[in-house]
Amino acid sequence: MKRILLAFFLLATPVLAVQPDEILSDPALEARAREISAVLRCPVCQGETIDDSNAPVARDLRLVVRERVVAGDTDAQVIDYVVQRFGEFVLFEPQARGANIILWVAGPVMLLIALMGAALYLRRRGAATEAAPTPLDEDESRRLKEILKE
Amino acid sequence: MIAELGHFTLILALGVALVQAIVPLIGAWRGWPGWIAVAVPAAKIQVILIAAAFAALTHAFVTSDFSLRVVVENSHTLKPMLYKVAGVWGNHEGSMLLWVLILALFGAAAAVFGGGLPPRLLARVLSVQAMIGVAFLAFVILTSNPFDRVGLPPFDGHDLNPLLQDPGLAFHPPFLYLGYVGLSMAFSFAVAALIEGRVDAAWARWVRPWTLAAWMFLTIGIALGSWWAYYELGWGGFWFWDPVENASFMPWLLAAALLHSAIVVEKREALKSWTILLAILAFGFSLIGTFIVRSGVITSVHAFANDPERGVFILAILAIFIGGALTLYAARASALEARGVFGVVSRESALVMNNVLLAVAAFVVFIGTVWPLFAEMFFDRKLSVGAPFFEKAFTPFMVILAILLPVGAILPWKRGSVAKVLRPLGGALALALALGALAFAMQTGKTALAPVGIALGAWLVAGSATELWLRAGRNPNRLRRLPRADWGKAAAHSGLGIVFIGISTLMAWSIEDIRVAKVGETFDLGDYSVTLADVEKTRGPNYMTTMATMEVALHGKHVATLYPEKRFYPVANMPTTEAAIDNGVFRDLYLVIGDEQKNGGWAVRTYVKPFANWIWAGSILMALGGLLSLSDRRYRVAAGARRGAVAAAQPAE
Repeated sequence: MKRILLAFFLLATPVLAVQPDEILSDPALEARAREISAVLRCPVCQGETIDDSNAPVARDLRLVVRERVVAGDTDAQVIDYVVQRFGEFVLFEPQARGANIILWVAGPVMLLIALMGAALYLRRRGAATEAAPTPLDEDESRRLKEILKE
Repeated sequence: MIAELGHFTLILALGVALVQAIVPLIGAWRGWPGWIAVAVPAAKIQVILIAAAFAALTHAFVTSDFSLRVVVENSHTLKPMLYKVAGVWGNHEGSMLLWVLILALFGAAAAVFGGGLPPRLLARVLSVQAMIGVAFLAFVILTSNPFDRVGLPPFDGHDLNPLLQDPGLAFHPPFLYLGYVGLSMAFSFAVAALIEGRVDAAWARWVRPWTLAAWMFLTIGIALGSWWAYYELGWGGFWFWDPVENASFMPWLLAAALLHSAIVVEKREALKSWTILLAILAFGFSLIGTFIVRSGVITSVHAFANDPERGVFILAILAIFIGGALTLYAARASALEARGVFGVVSRESALVMNNVLLAVAAFVVFIGTVWPLFAEMFFDRKLSVGAPFFEKAFTPFMVILAILLPVGAILPWKRGSVAKVLRPLGGALALALALGALAFAMQTGKTALAPVGIALGAWLVAGSATELWLRAGRNPNRLRRLPRADWGKAAAHSGLGIVFIGISTLMAWSIEDIRVAKVGETFDLGDYSVTLADVEKTRGPNYMTTMATMEVALHGKHVATLYPEKRFYPVANMPTTEAAIDNGVFRDLYLVIGDEQKNGGWAVRTYVKPFANWIWAGSILMALGGLLSLSDRRYRVAAGARRGAVAAAQPAE
């Protein structure tokens, strides 16, 4: 029991992401830092932003972001700075260049195709004449008789 | 011994499923009544056998039988009973057993309630359902056998991941699976209809309740998962656009589309081949979801035990079933001719728009989810697609959907006029704009997110109310006598509106405070003041905890005393945060205790989360809407009358 308790106090890892000591005194700069760290992915975690992650590297990155913000970088410059060091993997919003353009235009293009398809279909339906219902097959006429008998 | 029995019945179930897959199909093809009649008893026996296997595994978990590998890896003698039981599906092997159990349950339900179906169609539906069963039973037995024994049973287990030891999460997977797997019914009906070469109103009437049930369960499952994330992860996030979440969201979107297109098939005999395609795709996305979750090809915050061999197996199942169904579709879809005629402005067109928007939205989620995989395979780029992308690429579709929905919902069938429909909606529109403007005036220089979300939400709720009012012929006495389906529709659409309001205000107006507080210190959080009254260290049944006592007051008046905790689970060697939440209609107070600081004092995180509960209240309302529609008299009368007719006919034979 004692050993478990000891382990508890030694191993109690931080469970909060942004720690109080990281926060900048200027609320405007801090707000910008938070916005930036909400779109950067923690390089070692499974799909968490550095803002949410408890990993040490995420904390380092949060501190780097704050350093750059304080040094007067724009948001884009800060993000570029991190991307240069860790690659575009850290961007949760993929850049719209190269093959990624496919990703960004896929939705709108699909919508256009779907709308055109729907428009064609609607025009055909509007112009068609109501078809006669298919006659009942053997089973169905038998069932109908059964139901009518009741 | 009991574990071996479970193992044995599971293998027997595979045999029964094989028979059920082959015999009725041949019977329906050759017209042999004896062979057709095999389907119903086989479906019932299959579910009993799998239920026995599931019971055996549950027994092993409850009695902590550490000779079973899954029990060793996922349980512990000190674990509370609820989580011993939930632990049965809290791991890969057990959850796949639950998957096949639910699959067989749906098949058996179709066998029990399907008395009114033409026997051939029922035989084919059950046969297709059994084919899926064969594939997944083989998957369980060959790659993920829950009844695997260990040579030297240890004295105790490794415990279930402490994050999963939570009532919200105990019931999240079963509901999600009921939804995922429920879509297999729509798939089986679609394939059976393709084999018959015939889709009509009766077919749609049979498919709709199954899809509705699946969609309802998915809604509850997703809402439970998001609620769990909100209170358990310690900062109040509720949706992360994580691959595994997307995997459940895509089938939800397609099931919603399918529900609506099946209405057109049922009422107007149009959109047939599209509905069939949608039924195939909806289940296809369930399988893709299972693949994403179980193979681990896409990194996710959800850590599942996964291995490539299993991934390949599921990929093969996916390829065979969806590939096969789509081939059948290509060969047969042209035989399904539409009958209904309608103008461009009509309920039919509105439902087509609903399908366009939901299907394209699902496509956007899909491409965003698999893009990292694509980019790495074909362009050698390691990249991520996360929340900022989805928020930009997905949201517009939902906005358009919400704008059109109330108008489309009251458009008449066949031919309508927008002007005529907009007139009664004037009140709803005015209310929506007024609330949006009020929200805009109340906030100080922030995004348009909250005002737009509130306006759209109000538009949906007021639009649904207007529709009910119109349906009742503007007579309050007749409101109560409206069919339940009308109420269901209004409830589901209002629920969506309430979710809109919840999400947009929560994202826009959350207040956060992170600081070091000493015991006894009071600080401000928006209009509230929070006092860290005490911090103590104690222990729970299978964890140690640091528990804080925090007092919250509003303008000097006591609001709540809350006890946020930081737990440590020694067996799994894992810390968790247990946020303390004071739930309210208009806001949640959300308090988290962090680490002790070197200079004394504790890190504390406190939040005001406006309208947070509206997200889950709206989801529940959506599911309730599904339930109301499902209980509509028209379904029961149709099913009951047919069963009666068949029963009456039997003695004469």
